[in-house]
Amino acid sequence: MSASQTLNGGLRRVPAWTIYIVGAVYAVWEFWRALNQIGPYLVEPINVLERAYGEIALILLVAGLMVTPLRKWTGVNLIKFRRAIGVTAFFFVLAHFLVFAILDVQSVSSVWTEIVKRPYVTVGMASFLMLIPLAVTSNNLSVRKLGAATWRKMHKLTYPAAILGAIHYLWLVKGFQLEPIIYLVVILGLLAARMKWNRAQAMA
Amino acid sequence: MAYRWTNNLTKADITPKAAYLNRRQILAGTIGLGAIGLAGGASAQDALEPNTLEEITSYNNFYEFGTGKSDPADNAHKLVTSPWSIKVDGMVDNPGTYALDDLLAGLSVEDRLYRFRCVEAWSMVIPWNGIEMADILNKVGVQSGAKYVAFETVVQPENMIGVQRRVLDFPYVEGLRLDEAMHPLTIMATGIYDEPMANQNGAPIRLVVPWKYGFKSIKSIVGITLTDQEPPTSWNKANAREYGFYSNVNPTVDHPRWSQASERRIGGGLFASRQDTLMFNGYPEVASLYEGQDLTVDI
Repeated sequence: MSASQTLNGGLRRVPAWTIYIVGAVYAVWEFWRALNQIGPYLVEPINVLERAYGEIALILLVAGLMVTPLRKWTGVNLIKFRRAIGVTAFFFVLAHFLVFAILDVQSVSSVWTEIVKRPYVTVGMASFLMLIPLAVTSNNLSVRKLGAATWRKMHKLTYPAAILGAIHYLWLVKGFQLEPIIYLVVILGLLAARMKWNRAQAMA
Repeated sequence: MAYRWTNNLTKADITPKAAYLNRRQILAGTIGLGAIGLAGGASAQDALEPNTLEEITSYNNFYEFGTGKSDPADNAHKLVTSPWSIKVDGMVDNPGTYALDDLLAGLSVEDRLYRFRCVEAWSMVIPWNGIEMADILNKVGVQSGAKYVAFETVVQPENMIGVQRRVLDFPYVEGLRLDEAMHPLTIMATGIYDEPMANQNGAPIRLVVPWKYGFKSIKSIVGITLTDQEPPTSWNKANAREYGFYSNVNPTVDHPRWSQASERRIGGGLFASRQDTLMFNGYPEVASLYEGQDLTVDI
């Protein structure tokens, strides 16, 4: 048995809802550390928490996009976790937005001003809005109601949402910083791989 | 020049802590406003409680040591600060490479409790110990045609992860107009809380210009040049639209990517509320330096 088969066998025993539990525990743990100003939250917890939630959201979006390539390239099958990964990513985007709105900007009118006036916020907000219908339809009932083909098409919105998320990150940093560029390159690379497969499939 | 700073106090004058803090508040460069503040409770003065040394040394921008706020505290121990010399050149009477102690010999180190406003819209209050820039400039002798002062930060590539990653075009350079550099609020700081300057704060000597965004207050200085040309400045070179030469704290002129109208004072925890940013960071006495200038253009 290959390593990937062994891994798949092990993963079969892990329920998908584990992702939600781990995500929730992580979110609460970071909030608790921020509240008590522990570790990276020692001096300025608001900005650090905002960053932490935003970055984990981006990581999870990338992780969700990697499920199919990972199966194709390595045989490791995480497909049953994909929905939970995506929905957890959405919840972290939501948490990121709430920290931004409530703890950082602190007023409804200012939140609106920021969204309209600051392009990097506009872009981040657009990403957030794209993820809302995806999160809402992440259940079997919606798949049935919409039909698998429509549902799948709709959920391709994950790609632009992830790209906008990475641009949002790239746009807010100062100077030449590698991290946001890496996210953007990885997402675009995954999108390119996906398009290549689709084309190959269409031709076959 | 607005006025000449006079400080003939010594450590022996410092007795009760409350009085000590009040003296610092007056020294904070707002003699007129400070007096009003003590009498009438102007908000700018009421809020002037210094941040803790831990806060000041744990949350820094010093991109030579990484872009994260805790990177400088983690990495700046690699900075070699001894021996330290500063090359003074350009339009000066006494150019040369001065050992730090020689450059500062005979000049008085003063306590200055200043607001410090980062361009990223956070702020601190820092009890600096430093020498008036004017004293240093007078010591080296500024020639009559000089109009600007250019500063340069040390580059130790093997010790500086940010330099290796080319986050900016290093060495970090900054500049002031001569009248700004000669203003009594402008100091070259060598310590905080009477402790030697921590490496992450710009050891062994850094500029502090309290009415400008923090990035103007260049750290770990190894070069001072008097010139008649406006010198290049690092963030301006990186993004001229976002970072002007003057970079005075100005709540009415937003950074293109974020608002400068308010700021968050470090130290308030997770539920800290924002406070209004003050024009010239609450140092109105510098306004006369910019008479006739449109500060929405000369950003």
